[in-house]
Amino acid sequence: MTQLLRYKWVLAAIAVDVGVVIWNPSLGARIADRTADSFLEMLSFLPPIFIILGLLDTWVPREKVVSHMGPGSGFSGLILATMLGSFAAGPLYGAFPVAAVMMKKGAGYFNVMVFIGAWSTLKVPMFLFETQFLGSSFSITRWLCSFVGVVFIAAVISRLITDDEQQAIYAKHK
Amino acid sequence: MDIVLFYTLAAAGLTWSYYKDRQKTKQSLTKAWKAFNNILPALAFVILLIGATLAVVSPEKVSQLLGSSSGAGGMVIAATIGSITLIPGFIAFPLAKAVLDMGAGILQVAVFISTLMMVGVVTAPMEAQFFNRKTVLLRNGLSLLFSFVVAVVLNQVVGR
Repeated sequence: MTQLLRYKWVLAAIAVDVGVVIWNPSLGARIADRTADSFLEMLSFLPPIFIILGLLDTWVPREKVVSHMGPGSGFSGLILATMLGSFAAGPLYGAFPVAAVMMKKGAGYFNVMVFIGAWSTLKVPMFLFETQFLGSSFSITRWLCSFVGVVFIAAVISRLITDDEQQAIYAKHK
Repeated sequence: MDIVLFYTLAAAGLTWSYYKDRQKTKQSLTKAWKAFNNILPALAFVILLIGATLAVVSPEKVSQLLGSSSGAGGMVIAATIGSITLIPGFIAFPLAKAVLDMGAGILQVAVFISTLMMVGVVTAPMEAQFFNRKTVLLRNGLSLLFSFVVAVVLNQVVGR
């Protein structure tokens, strides 16, 4: 029953989709088609992400990350968080479980937010792809602006989140 | 490309780990499965939403809405589409180029690309599970505003 409850939104979405199939079969077929496509896409890139995650979780010693990306890590922590995020691949929600591991290992909230921002918009594979399609002046300008923006946004968030709120967030990933 | 790299990394990591310590390798895989199982409900919901969004919103409609004559209204529409949809980069960049070639403004395309990457309305509930509501509102809200700044700068640098 609790298992079923975890999936209540999934079941609701499936119910809506089934309703669409009955009401408009051609639209329904298109939805089924696209859903199957994105399902296969996720399925294809998620296993290695989670295996790498599991390995990192087991093998990276807590102290090591704390000393490199902890709350007092300054500039080197910022650079490390940016690199960790931009050498990644996959959509943004792939970054959340990694951020959870970072918090579990004691990384500072500012660095976690820099990591999320870097993953969202500074990814190197995407940068190369963007350069190919939109030109290097577009992609380089956007990358540099975004880097400034990511650091600024991370600074604002870590300033505005109180210590209590931060403790509550970190407690989720103990 | 990304996928090949990821599988190579995972395989190399597993081989190294297995060689070093079998017990830790088993532990790693258990942790991997637990983490996956944790986000599976949210993930499945996202997949269903993506499927429906891609079926309802066609690339032609996107091109039409982002036309060069759309001005500030077009930027707002671009930001809305970019924030809500989860179009993978390998579809979004070719689409952006097509839209640009059809005479769309840099402003609209830049706002679209930037919000697409940084703002995630659909994934916000999942994000809130990992952080908290305040963080999610701040990150997505500031990223949305920031996307307009990026667009103005890009327009200055590459706009004709």
